[in-house]
Amino acid sequence: MFYRENGQFKSSYRADLALFPIAQDRWAMLALMAICFVAVPMLVSDYAFRAVLIPFLILSLAAIGLNILVGYCGQISLGTGAFMAVGAYAAYNLQVRIDGMPLVLSILGGGVAAMALGVVFGIPSLRIRGLYLAVATLAAQFFIDWFTNRVKWVTNDSPSGSVGVRSLEMLGYEFSTPVQKYLLCLCFVVVFGMLAKNLVRGAIGREWMAMRDMDVAAAVIGIRPVYAKLTAFAVSSFIVGVAGALWGFVHLGAWEPAAFGIEKSFQLLFMIIIGGLGSIAGCFFGAAFIVLLPLLLNYVPHWLGLPISTATASHLEHMIFGALIVFFLIVEPHGLARLWSTARQKLRLWPFPH
Amino acid sequence: MQFRNLARTAALAAAGLSMVVAGTLAQAQPAEQFVPLLVYRTGQFAPLGIPWADGKQDYLKLVNARDGGVNGVKLTFEECEFAYDAAKGVECYERLKGKGTGASGFDTQSTGVTFAVSDKAIVDKIPVETTGYGLSQSADGTVFEWNFPLLGTYWTAADVMMQDIGKKEKGNLKGKKIALVYHDSPYGKEPIALLQKRAAAQGFELALFPVTPPGVEQKSVWLQIRQQKPDYVLFWSAGVMTPAGIREAQASGYPREKIYAVWWAGSDHDVKDIGAGAKGYNAITIHNSAAKDKVHDELKKAVYDKGQGTGPADSIGSLAHTRGMMISMLQVEAIRAAQEKYGKGKSLTPEQVRWGFENLNLTADKLKALGFGEIMRPVKTSCANHMGDDWARIVQWDGGKWEIKSDWYQSDKSFIDPLVKEYAAKYAKDKNIKPRTC
Repeated sequence: MFYRENGQFKSSYRADLALFPIAQDRWAMLALMAICFVAVPMLVSDYAFRAVLIPFLILSLAAIGLNILVGYCGQISLGTGAFMAVGAYAAYNLQVRIDGMPLVLSILGGGVAAMALGVVFGIPSLRIRGLYLAVATLAAQFFIDWFTNRVKWVTNDSPSGSVGVRSLEMLGYEFSTPVQKYLLCLCFVVVFGMLAKNLVRGAIGREWMAMRDMDVAAAVIGIRPVYAKLTAFAVSSFIVGVAGALWGFVHLGAWEPAAFGIEKSFQLLFMIIIGGLGSIAGCFFGAAFIVLLPLLLNYVPHWLGLPISTATASHLEHMIFGALIVFFLIVEPHGLARLWSTARQKLRLWPFPH
Repeated sequence: MQFRNLARTAALAAAGLSMVVAGTLAQAQPAEQFVPLLVYRTGQFAPLGIPWADGKQDYLKLVNARDGGVNGVKLTFEECEFAYDAAKGVECYERLKGKGTGASGFDTQSTGVTFAVSDKAIVDKIPVETTGYGLSQSADGTVFEWNFPLLGTYWTAADVMMQDIGKKEKGNLKGKKIALVYHDSPYGKEPIALLQKRAAAQGFELALFPVTPPGVEQKSVWLQIRQQKPDYVLFWSAGVMTPAGIREAQASGYPREKIYAVWWAGSDHDVKDIGAGAKGYNAITIHNSAAKDKVHDELKKAVYDKGQGTGPADSIGSLAHTRGMMISMLQVEAIRAAQEKYGKGKSLTPEQVRWGFENLNLTADKLKALGFGEIMRPVKTSCANHMGDDWARIVQWDGGKWEIKSDWYQSDKSFIDPLVKEYAAKYAKDKNIKPRTC
């Protein structure tokens, strides 16, 4: 009932190709944007911004980047943490070495640096595939871990190898309060989310998906594997790099190489697997699952007033979280995004299913 | 039937709720002071984190049980587990900073979290207490208004180790080779700047051996040490890395008497399981955290004998636990000092507690009354000096317990001060901080 598209006729190609062809979706999206941009900044506490919403947004962005590579192009990558690190450190260097560098430019510069590295580490994908490629991208992770730890130039000769950013400034405007930082992240997520959504619907996205489904067949029908795979690596690492720069600049403020370790790569991979491979909405679901659920589990004993020790609570959190991952993967192996689309199908017919 | 059940449940719930409300109202009467406890009881540093967290919490419990709080102000506290992960640590910081009248001070227990939190603390106006860790240059109170590396930093620790080695070598270190085996993180890299400076001044050769965290695998490092035969090894390790390193030293035959460990790698849990194999292993202590004093007995009597203890009773008196208590004691004394200025028996804001940290004056008499007379020497902080007085001693594991080997040391200010000035100035420039005048 809620999703009946009866009566919505499309009289032009433009309308048929719209991002959200169904009016209800369009309205829902606009309402969501209004909530995110207007209602949330007015209602939510500082804690929620800094500890919940900002990390959620940034990791969603990183998940979008990774999903393009893994979900759409079928190239498994374990080097996401490394690409985030490159984005963060490149943005840091741009800011430190060039006086008066606008914030957004240095963040985008971080993305460009990550893109360059992504293409380089994407080259092996032309010869190796599947799990073997995953192991090859692991090399990127270890190389960047070593690089950021050892090469003094990268951290601007910081004695401890830890770097921190100055105030977040752009054209005399300073992003200092959590609300401003949140809006900054939100703008990045919206812009790159739209970009990604449109890319995967377009010709290039179809090439990626053809590559994913069967690369030999795709090559036979005239898709160049070099071009398709390397563009996927480039776009993916660019977005991941931007997310990394935001993670360092906006969320942490100061960080050490361990912030972008192998755990981050795994965390992001789990996000897109749980959220749904090959789905932009899935990235948000996955990020919400990985970021919010542990926090929630952590709070439950407090709310119930259970007198359990911190360590036990932490162990319980891990166990329940693990069990939930297994549960969701059994119930819906295609991720939370598929659950969502099933629900939409149901809503379409509700309350009179066949 | 169902309705009646429902009604009964509702009535019960209402009664329960009113009791809770009444309870909180009754509790709201006396003043309270909130102390946040960032801890890691899980993860690679858990062996170190558990006694540390226990010690911190135990001392707060002791103050509440023995004295009824600070001048009648009850101390409230809440733990937040972050498993040594900077992002989680930041979340904990955000979660706890506003509790009660505000967080009295954060002992972040991690160099990484200290970095991330230092910038936020300036905005939130919350003191960051980093006893024996954190940024060494934050001893400069003119630049680091909110950071307090009380009692010592990694630079003073490295300096004292070199003094002790210098003494063993009769003052001549020329041509000697000193190795630094360190946890490859900001924590492990901190002492390098000072050691390089000393190496240049004293003519010894400094060899650096990074160990990839978590440090379970150290074979190659200790093989290199066997080949290069350094005269001494400084061991900057923590958590699971420490016993692994000592075992490798044992396996490769490097004499444990020549190893000097930083305080985080020098507690009972680090060496107990190795026992005689770690005999001779040296560690530096913050002030004299290896000593037993009145505070241990009082803790046992007022807290543990009543079944209120946080950890197992046999951890009382272990170095890591005592250090945790020292850290909480400094926090409590900062609150007490601030109360003397802003009103006894009142809850204080974090900003007021900061004043207390900056004006700590723990005389020998005060320390004795607190039960820390043996453990600590007098400490006095000021606007410019946020570290107070650093003292340290060297202890040695004799196979069954720690023995205090050396007399009191204090770091050589001719090495430390210029370095603090230089790095603090660089930090101020990087972060656009205008140093205040003291």
